[in-house]
Amino acid sequence: MSLNYVQAIEKYEPTLGLEVHVELNTKSKMFCGCSTEFGAEPNTQTCPVCLGLPGALPVVNKTAIESSILIGLALNCSIAPYSRFARKNYFYPDMPKNFQTSQYDEPICVNGYLDVEIETDEGAKTFRIEIERVHMEEDTGKSLHVGGSDGRIHGAEYSLLDYNRAGIPLVEIVTKIVPNTGKYAPQVARAYVAALRDILRGLKVSDVKMEQGSLRCDVNLSLSPAGSGALGTRSETKNVNSLRSVERAVSGEIVRQANRLQSGEKIVQETRHFLEESGETRPGRSKEKAEDYRYFPEPDLVPVVPDSKWIEELRKTLPEKPADRRKRLQREWSVPDKEMAAMVNAELLDTVEETVKLGADPTKARGWWLGEISRLANEREVTPTDLISISSVAEVINLINKGELTDKLARQVVEGVIAGEGTPAEVINKRGLKVVSDDGALMKAIEDAIAAQPDTAERVRGGNIPAAGALIGAVMKATGGQADAAKVRELLLKHLGH
Amino acid sequence: MSIRRNASEMSAALANKEISAVELANQHYAQIEAVDKDVHAFLHLDKDGALAQAQEVDKKRAAGEKLSPLAGVPLALKDVLVQKGVPTTCGSKMLEGWRPPYDATVVTKLKDAGVVILGKTNMDEFAMGSSTENSAYGPTHNPWDLSRIPGGSGGGSSAALAAFEAPLAIGTDTGGSIRQPASVTGTVGVKPTYGGVSRYGLVAFSSSLDQAGPCARTVLDTALLHQTIAGFDPKDSTSINHAVPDVVAAAKKKDVKGLRIGIVKQLAGEGYQKGVENKFNEAVAELVKLGAEIVEVSCPNFEYALAAYYLIAPSECSSNLARFDSMRFGLRVGDDGAKSAEEVMNLTRQVGFGREVKRRIILGTYALSSGYYDAYYGSAQKVRTLIKQDFDAAFEKCDVLVSPTAPTTAFKIGEKSDDPLAMYLNDIATIPVNMAGIGGMSLPCGLAEEDNLPVGFQIMAPAMKDDRMYLVGGALEAALLDKWGKPLLDFAPKLAGSK
Repeated sequence: MSLNYVQAIEKYEPTLGLEVHVELNTKSKMFCGCSTEFGAEPNTQTCPVCLGLPGALPVVNKTAIESSILIGLALNCSIAPYSRFARKNYFYPDMPKNFQTSQYDEPICVNGYLDVEIETDEGAKTFRIEIERVHMEEDTGKSLHVGGSDGRIHGAEYSLLDYNRAGIPLVEIVTKIVPNTGKYAPQVARAYVAALRDILRGLKVSDVKMEQGSLRCDVNLSLSPAGSGALGTRSETKNVNSLRSVERAVSGEIVRQANRLQSGEKIVQETRHFLEESGETRPGRSKEKAEDYRYFPEPDLVPVVPDSKWIEELRKTLPEKPADRRKRLQREWSVPDKEMAAMVNAELLDTVEETVKLGADPTKARGWWLGEISRLANEREVTPTDLISISSVAEVINLINKGELTDKLARQVVEGVIAGEGTPAEVINKRGLKVVSDDGALMKAIEDAIAAQPDTAERVRGGNIPAAGALIGAVMKATGGQADAAKVRELLLKHLGH
Repeated sequence: MSIRRNASEMSAALANKEISAVELANQHYAQIEAVDKDVHAFLHLDKDGALAQAQEVDKKRAAGEKLSPLAGVPLALKDVLVQKGVPTTCGSKMLEGWRPPYDATVVTKLKDAGVVILGKTNMDEFAMGSSTENSAYGPTHNPWDLSRIPGGSGGGSSAALAAFEAPLAIGTDTGGSIRQPASVTGTVGVKPTYGGVSRYGLVAFSSSLDQAGPCARTVLDTALLHQTIAGFDPKDSTSINHAVPDVVAAAKKKDVKGLRIGIVKQLAGEGYQKGVENKFNEAVAELVKLGAEIVEVSCPNFEYALAAYYLIAPSECSSNLARFDSMRFGLRVGDDGAKSAEEVMNLTRQVGFGREVKRRIILGTYALSSGYYDAYYGSAQKVRTLIKQDFDAAFEKCDVLVSPTAPTTAFKIGEKSDDPLAMYLNDIATIPVNMAGIGGMSLPCGLAEEDNLPVGFQIMAPAMKDDRMYLVGGALEAALLDKWGKPLLDFAPKLAGSK
């Protein structure tokens, strides 16, 4: 009988470890001046250095060091006064030098932490994820194995190599083991990666696009019998490429390992691949024995010895922590918890903030981005900001506030902007969507409505205020929705003696 | 204009328009044509490139442009430095036919100075060896005695100088590959301070030890070349951002009065040929006559230098040579469409590398393996620190250190090729300099009485005090020239066909 997640977690205690690889968004590569632009023709962004040609030498990209230090500071790490690169030696065609230049036992940042909050049965709870190290390394090239069954090198007819990615700076962020998460392990893992992504985005050091691989997560997981306090053998699940997958990879591994242990089998220390469709993992290339990378300090590079003054200057430039910022914005905009969470989950916090900065009312900004615009974006399978610019939305909201647009008119304006008819002002002009604010014109419509429904008018005169709705509706209809309903109401009631 | 003249004399003749750069290059090509079939100093001649450069220099001179002192002077380039479009083999089958798409910084500097690069010189494969016998393209012969080795790994560069095929040459020195060939060919060679000359474009053997340097027939010529190629290079992270010491002025000064010269106790005695020791001592006596003060110093950790070197250099080479895998350049063996990339890599490396290179890759791979790293690579690095400390202590008592460059004169081709340990011992006196990253010079100090072959005198100076080697070398050279009545190379037998 196989265990499900609930049963698995009753019998076994999971221990997590997370390794996140982040592609930095520096203009040039880690050790040469080649461009890092994504999507260029294969092998057009290469030079003797990143092709590993005989005689070429690396020079460290200072911006990459700066980004790494910023990441370390944001994760509460100590910045090493002295760190070095090492060579990780192994043969693979997509690695030009047949060694990867990577920091090894002397990383640039050590001993940090990141607090993440998740919802538990007992309410919100904070878990502290301890960071062991943040280190720099270079990416490899890309192989495309053509022919064969599964796109792997074995069985392929031939392989194509693209070295544009070779030498792109990577930062690896490694946690210490994360114990005592119990059944929340999947959520903690997800919340950690999400929080990390927010921090990196706030630092503007990476695109952090999981789907494009600029942020990749490896999940280490082991189980031990509940209460034993022992550490089990871990598996390492590679390249989990979305937040949801992180969560699923953890729960999937918990169930898989629990069932193996339950039936008396051992956990093999191995690399596994996450399968997006099933949420399961499958074993990666099996290694007969542990690979010996023969690490040694990279003799072509000098140690990284950041000046403490520089570090302090960088510390001053750190942006507000995402969690703090969220709390502040929630307070400033008086947003209920649930709404706030929705905004964060939809990744629209930055967008709403930008809109508010352009003078828009926070509640309206949130309403527009999460409501109408998100709906239209979903229909078209694009992101809301791809659909319409922040400034257009702010302009529309500001016009509503000035009474120059009604909500209904505003929707038409937005529709026009999305349809490519121009800026909000242009759409308003072209479609003639101005609010009818001319009292004379409105009074004429009001009088027409009263004339058409004398009985209703009489009831309102007699004190039945709610009955005015029918008259207001008629006025709105007559003005094609271009009147401000509040204004109509005010004029109508006044006209009928209130 | 004789091709036996020094580079500085050629420079003057060019400046006075007694000869054009094109004529001078052609004269050297004629000499190469005449003698290189016997010497085999060159692997590749770049006549078109060299003559184009010479023409350019002549044009500029005719137009009255200001030129660098070495403009138009020919040079032989060790085949371990890349030169755009010109074959670079490193003496290996692995790189046969490869034409690099870029210039080494040293090459850029030479070109900018108007130096005429005649061609690429022979060497032990990937600079591993002390005799040039490890070249995949056959050995180079010592112009003093064609049955003998010209030293190594840069035997081609030194032989070219001794055979008057070029007045200047570039070598590289990882454990003595500039100085030991200079020693056994009666020429001058300098390994500058580590970081003094850019390594960008120098195909790496052992990155933390490799250093390119100047070779010539006189101390002054060596200094002129040194000044041309040295200096900070942002493309080499290990390059020193510091002004190049004025080596040319030092070479011309010829005054060592009051200078303290240390003799390293450990670099003498057992293993050193009698005639080598005699010539060394006679040279020291010359320095005393010139007013230098002699101090005996002890460097106890030099004893471990060779052992530590043969852990560090192979370790680094095992990693540096991993890129020769047939994927992107150079040799490819067995690619029949059926074999996997891994099999092709394997076959290529089996065929492409020679025995000595394989031996060192295996040694280094072993020394870096997990479980052995601390005992081997780690211990060797500690020895390296101890050697540095020995030098530091010694340089507190003296301004320069001296020793014989090599324990023996040139041996016979084939004599030691089956005994790697005996071969490694050739570098016993030169290796400490590389381990400490300081500068070392070898200049001829006479002919050993046993075999009438040249003996080298080594001068070692603290890091970035390269000018001190030139100061002592220049003075000693002048004193010895007085004593001999003519340059040492004039004692060498004339090569058949030599101009």
